[in-house]
Amino acid sequence: MQQQITQVEPRGGLIEGRHTYETITQKIASVVLGYRHPMAWYVVTAIAAVFVFILISSIAWLLIRGLGIWGINQPIGWGFAIINFVWWIGIGHAGTLISAILLLLRQQWRTSINRFAEAMTIFAVMCAGMFPLLHIGRPWVAYWLLPIPNWTGAWPQFRSPLIWDVFAVTTYFTVSLLFWFTGLIPDFATLRDRAKKRIAQVIYGVLAMGWRNSAKHWHRYESAYLLLAGLSTPLVVSVHSIVSLDFAVSMLPGWHTTIFPPYFVAGAIYSGFAMVLTLVIPIRALYKMQDFVTMKHLDWMAKVMLATGLIVVYGYLMEMFIAWYSANPYEGYMVKNRFTGPYAPYFWALLFCNAVVPQVLWSPKVRQNVALLFVISLIVNVGMWLERFIIVVTSLHRDFLPASWGMYYPTIWDWALFLGTIGFFTFMMFLFVRFVPMIAIFEMRDLLHRTDEHHTEKRGTAATPVAQAEVKA
Amino acid sequence: MSVPLHGIIAEFETAEQLLEAAHRARQAGYTQMDAYSPFPVHGLAEAIGFEDHKVPWTVFWAGVVGAIAGFSMQYYISVVDYPLNVGGRPLLSWPAFIPVTFETTVLFAAFGAFIGMLAFNGLPRPHHPIFNAPRFERASQDRFFLCIEATDPLFDRAKTRHFLESLGARMVSEVEE
Repeated sequence: MQQQITQVEPRGGLIEGRHTYETITQKIASVVLGYRHPMAWYVVTAIAAVFVFILISSIAWLLIRGLGIWGINQPIGWGFAIINFVWWIGIGHAGTLISAILLLLRQQWRTSINRFAEAMTIFAVMCAGMFPLLHIGRPWVAYWLLPIPNWTGAWPQFRSPLIWDVFAVTTYFTVSLLFWFTGLIPDFATLRDRAKKRIAQVIYGVLAMGWRNSAKHWHRYESAYLLLAGLSTPLVVSVHSIVSLDFAVSMLPGWHTTIFPPYFVAGAIYSGFAMVLTLVIPIRALYKMQDFVTMKHLDWMAKVMLATGLIVVYGYLMEMFIAWYSANPYEGYMVKNRFTGPYAPYFWALLFCNAVVPQVLWSPKVRQNVALLFVISLIVNVGMWLERFIIVVTSLHRDFLPASWGMYYPTIWDWALFLGTIGFFTFMMFLFVRFVPMIAIFEMRDLLHRTDEHHTEKRGTAATPVAQAEVKA
Repeated sequence: MSVPLHGIIAEFETAEQLLEAAHRARQAGYTQMDAYSPFPVHGLAEAIGFEDHKVPWTVFWAGVVGAIAGFSMQYYISVVDYPLNVGGRPLLSWPAFIPVTFETTVLFAAFGAFIGMLAFNGLPRPHHPIFNAPRFERASQDRFFLCIEATDPLFDRAKTRHFLESLGARMVSEVEE
């Protein structure tokens, strides 16, 4: 597998091995329709299920006892709930970036990872959504957040970013789900046609909704898919911008900065790509998908991670620069407090994880080392979580008046809920891999067709320069 | 007379053969046909003489409705039904209403794309005569099909069959209604 990327590869290195439409279909569909699964699948799913129970128990205990079981207090009212909300929703953003933005940019390498990344988006947004719902304290009246006429006669306040957030996150979840399902319809048709068992035929038949691969269907399908991608692209930028406005619209030192929206969006993509790598590396090995998720894919994902990581580092530097340049004593103290205050170890750990470690990705040798990439992706995940911790906690715990300063210590229930969502996420991802094709089969057939050597030769000049550029890149 | 026919279907091995066959069928004067392929083949819809821009327009108008609905909802709530005077600032603080208006625009437009695509394709539809075609399950896997439908004015059981065979099809068969 240790191929040099400089050498000329067939199919631009996007599909390895000798494949036909049938072998691609067989390879991906058999994961869903086959009845033998690797032992590791059962082990991981079982462990994840235990954490799902931990999640359910910690939610139940929260509903019984109230928010007092968490470490939140005055002045740190946000705590783990908001840290984890921002962390999860950021992870989801890589899925939309891969499936929508790379589609608009005509990046063929998105094809074998988009389905997987979109599933990751949906489950990550589910995890994210739990936190604000529980954090409001009385989740059973969460509908007050929506503009539904109710007995109180009160309406939501549309001048608040927190209400924008409600609309942004629910729209993001809905549109991601529609986009994902639209992409799945032709693959459900393939599964329907390949299934041997009656139950699978019926279930996938219902999900395929009578899709018959007609040129007329494809014509409308492609325009709908492209438009959904075009809609998701500004949507994903708007979602994390609005999340950042939850902070930036307030007056607190460290939050009230104009760099927050772009810096949050870059951070979201950074952590999202890290999570894609964390998931794709083991699952690719488990189901032997190395032919489709090649070293080229890992290499490019690592490069995107490095690039967005540098934008995030720029954000850190700008925060420090503005704190000094604005000559605002509170901003200055915020930075000093991060460097040397009670949470300084977390701040230095964050810089180590997010700014120092990813620099090794400049080396092509590191990007070709799967095990090392996996470790780096885990470190970046931790680093991005620490970043949200630092943003939420250091600004709240020491603001303007020393009399109102405090400290924040998460309790076991904070950790239980957080680890529970990680378990839920893993559980859902493994169920997804088991019941839904993890790679878009029809898009892989299309990619095979486009990158086919005979095909490009015959078709002449139009396709050839692109193919050569791909090979050189 | 035997069972009425939906059409006559020809199976091809490659996308290029199917494209070529669709062009030839158009040249021969056939108008009522459909092609089936395991992935979207570019130029195929044009080759069978099909063009449709209903989906993009649906998305556009759904987006317009979403924008108007989102903004007027906020206007009604914040100005008419529940006016809150915050430091004498204007009730119609429209810049603050833009984010939610944007989200409802995208939401409506996305539903327009999803529902529009399905509705104009006539889906969900549990059954269709084309599924009677032999080996048609390969259309979602690795084979390419061209079906000339019985509603075509030039359709003639023997002649159409002969024509499709002359295109180099791997197999030609009749599809029952």
